[in-house]
Amino acid sequence: VPKKCQKAREHFGTVRTQMESLKTKFPADQYYRFHEHWRFVLQRLVFLAAFVVYLESETLVTREAVAEILGIEADRERGFHLDIEDYLSGVLTLASELARLAVNSVTAGDYSRPLRISTFINELDSGFRLLNLKNDSLRKRYDGLKYDVKKIEEVVYDLSIRGLNKEATGGVGGEK
Amino acid sequence: GSGGFRKRKHDNFPHGQKKEEKENVNPSSPLMTSFKSFQLELDTRHDKYERLVKLSRDITIESKRTIFLLHRFTSAPNGEEILDESEVKLDAVRRKIKQVAQELIGEDMYQFHRAISPGLQEYVEAASFQYFIKTRSLISVEEINKQLIFTAEDREETTNTSSNSQDKQPHTWSLKVTPVDYLLGVADLTGELMRLCISSVGNGDIDTPFELSQFLRQIYDGFTFIGNTGPYEVSKKLYTLKQSLAKVENACYTLKVRGSEIPKHMLADVFSSKTELIDQEEGL
Repeated sequence: VPKKCQKAREHFGTVRTQMESLKTKFPADQYYRFHEHWRFVLQRLVFLAAFVVYLESETLVTREAVAEILGIEADRERGFHLDIEDYLSGVLTLASELARLAVNSVTAGDYSRPLRISTFINELDSGFRLLNLKNDSLRKRYDGLKYDVKKIEEVVYDLSIRGLNKEATGGVGGEK
Repeated sequence: GSGGFRKRKHDNFPHGQKKEEKENVNPSSPLMTSFKSFQLELDTRHDKYERLVKLSRDITIESKRTIFLLHRFTSAPNGEEILDESEVKLDAVRRKIKQVAQELIGEDMYQFHRAISPGLQEYVEAASFQYFIKTRSLISVEEINKQLIFTAEDREETTNTSSNSQDKQPHTWSLKVTPVDYLLGVADLTGELMRLCISSVGNGDIDTPFELSQFLRQIYDGFTFIGNTGPYEVSKKLYTLKQSLAKVENACYTLKVRGSEIPKHMLADVFSSKTELIDQEEGL
């Protein structure tokens, strides 16, 4: 896994170069006028950055960190920036991908990862519950989060009733 | 709501275990702290958007009322009064626009453009209508924007706004109507001018229709010059503009052909049909 993350990080170098070029194509204070052009791509990039960071550290990448990976600013005042809603959309895509990872981890014989994913996703869900969203695309995507949560819970449940997670947690607490 | 899916799988899940998991989320973890700040940021942004929507609605209503007022203008003595009153109304609208400008300080206007665009279009319509009545010409977008430069009026405002060391001109706000909003406002103006044409005939004024025909034709030419290169909304308005122009041209035709035959006070009846002018019996 670490090696793949390293490789992914290298790809972000190309992204950074292209962002540099994109920044120059329009006046800096009209970001939102053209925002829709790159919105989709930016959200995908956020997701990819978040995924790499999760695989490396099992934490949620911060907005500032994503901005750095992509070579853009975190705040609007400083120029071409990452909009908070795009960041959140990318993070929600990460949740879906982690649900998929949980399933495939079990298939691959890794019974501890799903548990850790579950903890992470639950915290993420609690975070999102704090937000007052409008009925826009972000809200719709957020509505999908509960299905990801459910899927992961099912995986964890399947493991626990078969006692498989006990083998796993034995390793987490410290080898006996 | 989000509780629905839990109920379906109820028999499969040990309820107690799930509750325990959720309570294990630390409310002051870095992630939760981030999300609390996200909540604040999103709420602030949504609140601002709503304030702007409300201002835009007020602007629209007052502009529409100004237009109705201006339709009552004639060359009769009270015309001057009506113009004065319209100026008062438009000043009130401009005060609202000033509030919009204040809300938008430090913001990217395009992020909130959809909130304020309808109001601004309506204002352009009202302001250009008043300008036409006064000068028989089309107000330019520069002229409109010149009237939308605001300074702090009284000491109260000055102390309320924090003077930023970055401001070169402290306490000046301005709003620039975008070319697109200007065009859309002018397109709507043509509809009002068409109504003006029909009603002026009813008042016995048979010169205005011909002036309007010329004027509208020039506007129409301008729009066809833009053609399809503008945004979709502009093209949509072009269709209505064409219809308005046709109505005015038909009115002029009727006046020319039959005007001398029909007593002035009957002219209003001739123009009373809303669509194509009906062929009426001669010698009313």
